[in-house]
Amino acid sequence: MAEATADEMAGGEAQGEAQELAAFRAEIAQWIDATAPADLRGRDFSEDDICWGGKTFVFKSDGQKAWMEACAERGLTAPTWPVEYGGAGLSRAQDKIFSEEMARLRVKKPLDSFGLWMLGPALLAFGTEDQKRHFLPQITRGEIRWCQGYSEPGAGSDLASVQTFAEDKGDHWVVNGQKIWTSYADRADWIFALIRTDRDAPKHKGISFMLIDMESAGVTTKPIKLISGKSPFCETFFDNVKVPKDYDGLSSIVGEQNRGWDVAKHLLTHEREMIGGGGSGLTGGRTVGAVLADEDQNDPVILSRAMKLEIDSIAMSLTLDRYKDLAKQGGVGDASAMLKYYGTELNKDRFELLMAAGGSEALKWDSADHGTLAPEWLRTKANSIEGGTSEVMLEILSKRVLDLPVR
Amino acid sequence: MTTLVATEDEMMLRDAARGFLDGAAPVANLRGNRDAGRGFDPALWTEMVKMGWAGVLVPEDQGGSDMGFAAANILSEEMGKTLVASPFLSTAVIAATALRAVGRDASHIAAGEAIYALAVDEGAKFNPETSALRAEAYRNGFKLTGTKTFVAEGAGADRILVLARANAGLTLFDIDAKAAGVSRTKMDLVDHRDHADLVLDGVEVTGEDVVGEVGGAMCALAPALRAGQAAVSAELLGVSAGAFGMTTGYLKERKQFGVTIGTFQALQHRAAHLFCEIEVTTSAVMNAGRMLDETPDEAALAVSLAKARASETAGLAVREGVQMHGGIGMTDEYDMGFYMKRARVAAEWLGDYGYHAAQVARARGMAA
Repeated sequence: MAEATADEMAGGEAQGEAQELAAFRAEIAQWIDATAPADLRGRDFSEDDICWGGKTFVFKSDGQKAWMEACAERGLTAPTWPVEYGGAGLSRAQDKIFSEEMARLRVKKPLDSFGLWMLGPALLAFGTEDQKRHFLPQITRGEIRWCQGYSEPGAGSDLASVQTFAEDKGDHWVVNGQKIWTSYADRADWIFALIRTDRDAPKHKGISFMLIDMESAGVTTKPIKLISGKSPFCETFFDNVKVPKDYDGLSSIVGEQNRGWDVAKHLLTHEREMIGGGGSGLTGGRTVGAVLADEDQNDPVILSRAMKLEIDSIAMSLTLDRYKDLAKQGGVGDASAMLKYYGTELNKDRFELLMAAGGSEALKWDSADHGTLAPEWLRTKANSIEGGTSEVMLEILSKRVLDLPVR
Repeated sequence: MTTLVATEDEMMLRDAARGFLDGAAPVANLRGNRDAGRGFDPALWTEMVKMGWAGVLVPEDQGGSDMGFAAANILSEEMGKTLVASPFLSTAVIAATALRAVGRDASHIAAGEAIYALAVDEGAKFNPETSALRAEAYRNGFKLTGTKTFVAEGAGADRILVLARANAGLTLFDIDAKAAGVSRTKMDLVDHRDHADLVLDGVEVTGEDVVGEVGGAMCALAPALRAGQAAVSAELLGVSAGAFGMTTGYLKERKQFGVTIGTFQALQHRAAHLFCEIEVTTSAVMNAGRMLDETPDEAALAVSLAKARASETAGLAVREGVQMHGGIGMTDEYDMGFYMKRARVAAEWLGDYGYHAAQVARARGMAA
């Protein structure tokens, strides 16, 4: 009798949850449909459609600005962040529904930024309450654009060997050095960077995770032109840059001084998930299969490659879901290297196939049929390099997950 | 929300299955079966029946444990890890699902009183829609005439589900394997299991033997095939994991050139890549089980996805397994070859990679 009651209750709860989620889906779909502007829906998107936010960002249209602001108002630029920090406080299930409905209506994400992807998660895990309350809402409202200062000319995949140094001057630091591959540093308002604060400590133990205003005297940037013709990355130079130890009571270091590697490792996991998931979604949510079907593609070799890609892509997206659920239950740790490796290699395959399917028309820098497919194809080649190369991911998996011996 | 993470019950079931199989059915059993010339060990099956595995998909009021498809997949996956041969897939998964789908009693399956086989294929490739074995009206019933092939557990089965073509269309029959006019020949496939060719020569059946309606085979067969395809995907995932575990174990102990071969980056990265393939396939297999339990009518794509992925991943796992073992991997004395042979057969059974890839492509609106 007691068992039956417990079962009924469990059944009732599950049913109640399903009803709540269905109601949430209906409400959010209706809201998206009523709110998303016409120019940001029902089509494929390119890198030019991304809303980055920030002090100097030039919106592509009034709609883009209004859409970002409407989402920020509801916390939907950072759906799973807590409401008090500017998020919507959605559960994993609700967040998934929100993404599904956005994809179904083919609506562009309201805001993409390194603040959302990287700094936010770092602050949520390691920040003080004051840091969270100050910085996170600036990110969700798209007011401040952040960039990431990790790699250096001598420290690419071997990130922990950073040499950019902050000298302790009592109430402030003086930073000297150079970062490279800083994404959009030339358009960013602030940078979060790995800076060495103790030269005598072992290499992983003397690094701090520092927040620096890009308007500080002595900070300069130089864009790096890529094979895609675009310059998403910069070199960033620090020449006697004075960084206060606190900004009106807010520490300029996230986490403990000299423990920045812990923050960086946490973030790298996050970055791998993001890149692995094709975070910025340049194909506008359309599968390769759908693209080829629209193009009436009938080359058997291309179709056969597309079928394999379709299968692997669906299975990969299930894996991203599974790992998110696992992460919620206590973390997947180094196995996240799998997401980064597999996801980026798949993305490269996807663009190779789209180029092959498009033929000579797709070779144009700007094609009437394929838009900016060619430069985007070129851009994907960096996917398996940035955030740790595929080979580094395989190293992590073989050493730390499979526990294979070290020579 | 449904998640692709194992529940506590599922973890307990997996641990219990692993604990039992490690003791009762290591890979050595397969070698024993082969040397004794039998497809599986009846004593082992009896143990599985006692644990409720035969009734995993049979309703409780028919004596089953009714644990669902995700649970059946877990059992199948664990069996795959040590290449356990048993009638589990053909009987507890496929036949139980077919009978249940049309409201027929399956208590004899749960009780371990009948071993079933499914006879669908007629040519070298899986394609149930083109079945030609004839069901001709005769007295109050039918006479079945024709051939079937690749019938798993075909030689040892007590009963056979036969797909036949009546005037009204494809019809599924539940026949006595020892009925007059049934002849069975061992196929002797590379995996050393029980697979048979079947000849039906005017086998008399009655309306009672029709599973569901005449001309309505798919009501029972479609869900049964989906369940079987999902479970054999799970088995292939287990085969992958079993072969992979042997391989990484070998990489950690085998020495060449004075060092452990697992220190070679060329091998490390291949092992790490294989790990990724297995992880991605794990998601597909888990998803298939969840979909079958929760929204069975929408599960076709998920099942084909799982079968396509699992077939391919297992193929890679066993090829890498043999190659990374080197010469010893080629010897009959070593178990790796058994993984390769079972992976090949299971990948072919109930639709190969190409069949299921085409299903996925069609479901996704691609021209294929």
